[in-house]
Amino acid sequence: MEITEGSHAVAEAVRLCRPQVIAAYPITPQTHIVEALADMVANCKLDADYITVDSEFSALSACLGASAAGSRTYSATTSQGLALMFEVCFNVAGMRLPIVMSITNRALGAPLSIWNDQQDSISLRDSGWIQFYAEDNQEATDLHIIAYRVAEDFSILLPAFVCFDGFILSHTYEPIDILSQEDVDKFLPKFTPYQRLDAADPISFGMYATPDYYLEFRYETDCALKRAKGVIQKVGKEFGTMFGRDYSALVEGYRLDDAETAIVAMGSICGTVKDAIDEMRDAGKKVGLLKIRVFRPFPDDEIAQALSKVQRVAVLDKDISLGSKGAVALEVRDALYKTGIPVKGYILGLGGRDVRKKDIKEIVSLVEKGIGDQFFGLRKELL
Amino acid sequence: MALAIGCRAKPGKSRDNKTGSWRVFKPIFNHEKCSQCGLCQTICPEGCIHEEEEGFLNPDYTYCKGCGLCSEECPSEAIEMKQEEK
Amino acid sequence: MVDKAIELFDCGHRACGGCGAALAARLVMKGAGKNTIVVSATGCMEVFSTPYPETAWKVPWIHSLFENASAVASGIEASLKMQGREEKVVIMAGDGATFDIGMICISGAFERGHDFTYICYDNEAYMNTGIQRSGATPYDASTTTSPSGSCSFGNKLPKKDMPQILAAHGAPYVATASIAYPADLMQKIEKAVRTKGPCYVQVHAPCCTGWGFEGEQTIAIAKLAIETGLWVNYEMVDGKVSKVKKVVRKPVEEYLKTQKRFRHLFKPTRQDAEIAHIQSIADKNAEKYGIDIKLKKE
Repeated sequence: MEITEGSHAVAEAVRLCRPQVIAAYPITPQTHIVEALADMVANCKLDADYITVDSEFSALSACLGASAAGSRTYSATTSQGLALMFEVCFNVAGMRLPIVMSITNRALGAPLSIWNDQQDSISLRDSGWIQFYAEDNQEATDLHIIAYRVAEDFSILLPAFVCFDGFILSHTYEPIDILSQEDVDKFLPKFTPYQRLDAADPISFGMYATPDYYLEFRYETDCALKRAKGVIQKVGKEFGTMFGRDYSALVEGYRLDDAETAIVAMGSICGTVKDAIDEMRDAGKKVGLLKIRVFRPFPDDEIAQALSKVQRVAVLDKDISLGSKGAVALEVRDALYKTGIPVKGYILGLGGRDVRKKDIKEIVSLVEKGIGDQFFGLRKELL
Repeated sequence: MALAIGCRAKPGKSRDNKTGSWRVFKPIFNHEKCSQCGLCQTICPEGCIHEEEEGFLNPDYTYCKGCGLCSEECPSEAIEMKQEEK
Repeated sequence: MVDKAIELFDCGHRACGGCGAALAARLVMKGAGKNTIVVSATGCMEVFSTPYPETAWKVPWIHSLFENASAVASGIEASLKMQGREEKVVIMAGDGATFDIGMICISGAFERGHDFTYICYDNEAYMNTGIQRSGATPYDASTTTSPSGSCSFGNKLPKKDMPQILAAHGAPYVATASIAYPADLMQKIEKAVRTKGPCYVQVHAPCCTGWGFEGEQTIAIAKLAIETGLWVNYEMVDGKVSKVKKVVRKPVEEYLKTQKRFRHLFKPTRQDAEIAHIQSIADKNAEKYGIDIKLKKE
């Protein structure tokens, strides 16, 4: 165990995965990761070509090219940078290239905000990337190693985001167990591309599809993303067997077994929720948490099963589909549709607004009264 | 045929598209006038003009679109465009 | 070495008959050779050569987006370097992808000095989407977004000087070429591919559909562009113009009157002032690059 900043721990994990090409563009709060990697390359601790690109758009485009040419690749971004990559994100997934990218979750402007919420990666939910969300920096670190294994599996061949909350996790020091190179090499084999650009065996990549083919290509990509559930479970379990931290579950319950009220959340807020639950439990309230670790593929069956016995569900969304509701709440409601369990959503914490234990308790009392599907924590005096 | 992952393909498949069917005018190569300079072969946008025995050149009508560039540029005026009979 | 016999761009592609870009693709590949990875930007060439599964490319080929070919090529080059592989990376992009939407990625990639050759097949407008104006469209050309009309002579803006911009990035080899001069074109590609660092070759590739002429005229028109001084073939080595195609110049109207995109300069009434302005563009080119062959006076 080392006391390490989240970004530096993630950079260490990335180094251990031996990416051969890294392309990244600086954006707050992602910078500490890419600075650390640049330092490793500069000091021969990482044998990679580090491309200092002109934009996030070029960063992911360069990763796309490097991945197609046969290299394991890595990038990191957040917020506006991810928005600038929007077009490339869809492209990478459709081209079935297993790129891994860290997202230090941050709000999207306008108004400009460098602080945390999850609007950025959630806005890319339809792009075909696997999306992991970490609760703490140990999880963020481990998930990068798992992400490469899952993405590169020949039955999947899809890119993956490893999302962890900007500043809240990326700039926080925590004790973290960083694996040895030997251990990671045992878990994550040397990169073998499924196919590559190669003059000895020419292949055309990225052709266009007429209406005779497009629908089937989208179907196949969707099937691959859904197949990733099983691979994540298998690989997460293997990680647990080897290193003692099991990530086989796409969703993880906390004090959920006899809970009447369940809170559903993603990311670092889960820590606060757990503390609040402990206090509520002490006061005799039967409350539990369901943490979503994998948002894509969406664990609908797993959620339905985990929440089958609760009486009500409160979903915390650090995002909003403007003009509608929080993205997570909508999907959880869909997963629970057949059960008839009432689901209420709460939009909170946007743009770095702090969420405290007492806020969680207040949400529990709101959901008990059937009040929800609303913003939570608005400063009424400003409205 | 199963789809290739990621919309990829190996070379050779464009030949399934027989562009000769587009042709309205057909280039007729007169080997008596031909100086065998090879310009027609170089400038054909289809790359479908081939050198045959004794160095004479002939188009592959399976792919020739009948654009007439070869006829227009031939320094020996050895290629004549004739209306395609269908 | 240029291998004239090698065919790396296959039959069956869907380019129009007499397509300058298709010819450019064939010739470029003869210059580049089979040990090449091609990166295409979205555009006519990409579309007419790769409807799934009918690829016309016999070399490894990749297309990602409209504006990112040079960034994709950067990643490929980095990957090849890390793997110790020797293939050459060649980008094929139209003028829209090059002069306009791809500029940020191009500037970044040239500044970083990747070892690739960027080929712009320049047909002077967005042909794939229906002949809209680009930064490469010449003065007074009528396009669907710069149409001639009762109060317009077509495109009001001059053609952007991309070769100069890329030479200013420190590109070791920059050249212009034309499909009308295949041997020169192939040699320039071969030289660019052989030169280490980011090289740029801009190939004039007339478009019969977009410019409005019959397909058999593609080479004749490309030749006229050179002969009138509206297109200059030259090389720049380390930023210095080193080799220029000299001509006995013809008046610009001999070029203009062959194409529908300039027809409004002649019909219904002849626009002498506009033609004179275009002549002045050719005159400036001639002076700047010294293309005029001086005929001895009797």
